Amino acid sequence: MKDIPYKYQGSILNPLRNLGFFSRKPVTEPLRPREASANYRGFHVNDWGLCIGCSTCQKVCDNAAITMVRIPGLEEDPVKGVRNERPAIDYGRCCWCGLCVDICPTGSISLTREYVHTCREDELDSYFVLPDPNGMHGEYFPKGWAKTEDADLVDLELQPMQEMDAETRIDSFDEIVAGFTGQHAIVEASRCVQCGMCHDSCPAHMHAPEYIRHIWEGNVEAAVREIYRTNPFAHICGRVCTRRCEAACSIGRRGDPVAIRWLKRYAMDSVSAERIREIAAEGKVDYISGKKVAIIGAGPAGLTAAFDLVKKGHEVNVFEALDRPGGMTRYGIPEYRLPYDRLDADVEVIASLGVNIQYNTRIGSDIIMADLERDYDAVVVAVGLQQGRSTRIPGSDHPQVHAAVSLLRKITLNEAFEIPRSAVVIGGGNVAMDIARSLARKQKMVFGEVNMTVAALEDFEHFLADPEEIRESREEGIELLDSRGPSTCRINERGELEGLATVGVVSIFDEQGRFAPQYDNSDAQFHPADMVIEAIGQMTDISLFGDELTERLEWNRGRLQVDDIGRTSESWLWSAGDMVNGPDVIHAVADGHRVAASIEEHLA
Amino acid sequence: MRPENYQAINQPPSNEFELNFGPNHPGIEGNYAFRVKLNGDEVTAARADAGYLHRGFEKLMEGRLWIQNIALVPRICVPDPVPMEVCYSLAIEELCGLEVPVRAQWIRVMQLEMSRLAAHLFAFGGHAATTGMYTPMFWGVADRDLILDRFEELTGGRVYSIYNIPGGVRREVPDGFLERLSNLLDYLESRLPDYDSLFFTNQVFIRRARDVGTMTQEQALKWGVTGPPLRATGLEFDVRRDDPYLVYEQIDFDIPTEPGGDALSRNLVRRAELLQSIRILRQVIARLPTLKGPVRCPIPNPLAWNVPAGESYTRVESSKGELAYYVVSTGGDKPYRVHVRGPSAMHAVQVLEKLAVGARLEDIAQIMFSLDACPPEVDR
Repeated sequence: MKDIPYKYQGSILNPLRNLGFFSRKPVTEPLRPREASANYRGFHVNDWGLCIGCSTCQKVCDNAAITMVRIPGLEEDPVKGVRNERPAIDYGRCCWCGLCVDICPTGSISLTREYVHTCREDELDSYFVLPDPNGMHGEYFPKGWAKTEDADLVDLELQPMQEMDAETRIDSFDEIVAGFTGQHAIVEASRCVQCGMCHDSCPAHMHAPEYIRHIWEGNVEAAVREIYRTNPFAHICGRVCTRRCEAACSIGRRGDPVAIRWLKRYAMDSVSAERIREIAAEGKVDYISGKKVAIIGAGPAGLTAAFDLVKKGHEVNVFEALDRPGGMTRYGIPEYRLPYDRLDADVEVIASLGVNIQYNTRIGSDIIMADLERDYDAVVVAVGLQQGRSTRIPGSDHPQVHAAVSLLRKITLNEAFEIPRSAVVIGGGNVAMDIARSLARKQKMVFGEVNMTVAALEDFEHFLADPEEIRESREEGIELLDSRGPSTCRINERGELEGLATVGVVSIFDEQGRFAPQYDNSDAQFHPADMVIEAIGQMTDISLFGDELTERLEWNRGRLQVDDIGRTSESWLWSAGDMVNGPDVIHAVADGHRVAASIEEHLA
Repeated sequence: MRPENYQAINQPPSNEFELNFGPNHPGIEGNYAFRVKLNGDEVTAARADAGYLHRGFEKLMEGRLWIQNIALVPRICVPDPVPMEVCYSLAIEELCGLEVPVRAQWIRVMQLEMSRLAAHLFAFGGHAATTGMYTPMFWGVADRDLILDRFEELTGGRVYSIYNIPGGVRREVPDGFLERLSNLLDYLESRLPDYDSLFFTNQVFIRRARDVGTMTQEQALKWGVTGPPLRATGLEFDVRRDDPYLVYEQIDFDIPTEPGGDALSRNLVRRAELLQSIRILRQVIARLPTLKGPVRCPIPNPLAWNVPAGESYTRVESSKGELAYYVVSTGGDKPYRVHVRGPSAMHAVQVLEKLAVGARLEDIAQIMFSLDACPPEVDR
């Protein structure tokens, strides 16, 4: 194309060249809508099967065009991290930027190639649309702007966590996980989309989104304040919590869930003990109510109840049979997972509020329940599950067959017992892993080698222990066997334990879902061992109640019957924790709050 | 009897009157008003009257997350939205120290030049319409639509592409896109002779536009004029070359200038820039397939993104002139302040007010279109 000089005067005749256009065929566009491009950002579709109602789309929407609408009849399960809410779009506000698509943690929402909608004046509501998989007008349109890897705005990868390697950690009971550094914690916290699924799924309904946000902001004290709203055992839960939150985390739908447990630990470890005590004391009333509450058992449930009640001005006495607090968290969880000083730190905060803990005081012998009934306005029993269940297989009454919880208690108390050169653990839960790994450490220290087998009923797909416990056990040289049912503890003619005989498992539950294992006797194995440890479950020692009270109380399949606020059939007696719910720290904490609230109402 | 406080109204002579030009006027780009004092049909004074389009972008941005603003900024300039996205992204990248992948930088250049082509076609069409020639306007708008088709394919949106994001671009270029873009460039090149004969060499246009809205180079510099209007006064200044951003340093292109400083010169500069943009795009098409890798660097979760405290000033050459973003962060998840230094705010207010004086009423629309001012950017 030639330049046109500025001086050029132009010509009136030049446009005549364009008369040639008259001979061209006119362009005719059809009336129907043109087909949109493959990436088009048109109306939304939402796969309701994938959508979990996390509302992240609503948060990123820059025009506030998205409203979460509750849909009755849809699945709602806080434990799975599913809400029965779905995003509805106000097309009067939407600008089709597609950020909702790029940030959706599940990938359920997409834009389509559909872009035409008209309505009469009386149908103006039709611009407010609840997208479902069928499209805006129930007609199929291919997807346009949809989730792709390069457009994903969700960070799916966990921040790295420093851990001791297997060779180092097997030599001691030192804590394995180092905890986040500040930078890693902030980046990890930044992955959170604040959907609150964790809050809903947590038994104690911890304010995880809030404290994660504070960690991200670098304000760890504010994080600790949020943590203490619902959990005075945060050092413990920051290490050994069962993490319902992470199972429900919406980021975990396609990637690694946010490491909520480690973040809590980071916040707690970053604030001085003194500041934690001050923060925990915030909100404590400045008067004395004159009411007295007795709590039996200085574990998480009992002490959580004590924490709540003492802040309301009540006098709280806690009776503990052993010489240290913590209950099953101290005597059931090995030190490499939960260092005792961290546990002490939690208890010290509670004690600093004025909770009086009497150690070495066993109810039933030192003091009887009738004394407590007489002297106190309310009594809480939270003694946990401290007795191991037995398989009752032949030979299981041999002195070299132990309950896992009793051995773990002995290890904690530093009581002497003969370390077996080889041992078999029956069970596949976390307690089985705890005892196997603790004994493996003892074996390594005494004999220089590990000879430990775990025989579980479940197959590896349905294993009860956490995946990381399984991985770490293997790394430490422990042999894990799945689908093995214990048949006999073999004892020779001299009365010595030779080992455990097992058979293969066909099925564990019957058609009604009841526990009724079926074995294949042709698949028999023998595991030579100096010691057999049973880790198949725990139960409560109910001797503290005495015959007369045991008779008066109501029971439900061996467990104390309580109502939905934790009260037993006796109006002065509450019960909480593992003995009511089964073993779980965070459940115990939640239960402690529940009975404290109930007692507070009773005392008012 | 008259009351004591009566004052006689100072009636102007009957040949002087005031006229509201806009906010709805076919000769105005968008909703923008001009209050002109006339003596006969000669303008004796003019006062810009902005604020009729979407207003307050800068304030709106302070209330939104960093990432949410990427859907807002393109609206500041409807005919040429891409420089807004790119410049805003560049400002945040500078604050965060993000390294934009080279591939994404080339894709950004591609979009910027496509947007420039579209905007220049729009401006030339618009200018033709203000001089009563509607065929070039239809042609310009129709050919711009073909560019929008390519934008739709690349970004999913025709006008507001919302494709640039701090850290790069939002997704990969679709398969076969470059070939279709290349075909489009061939087509546009084949159209240029038609435009020439119908418009640029048309005596009607040349005689209407010559010596209309003239400014000298000194005036232009004093008034903060940039872009094609500045180059139409003979000054070879272009941010792409004089303060290079992205990968413009690696690209060959000329900076067309014209001597006249009037509406005709400004249009001739734009005409020549159409060719330069096509030339740049051809280089992008050749280069892009040789570059592999991601189109965006990793960025934090947009809902928890604190941009480090600081200020940044980034500028790009938009089709209308120098566009810059001044962004202040206090380390929070939202901007503390965003200022848009847009060319249109200068051109449509202070320059147009001056150029209009002495012009004839029917030339006001022509002057405005020759300056290619964009009202929403004035109302930002």
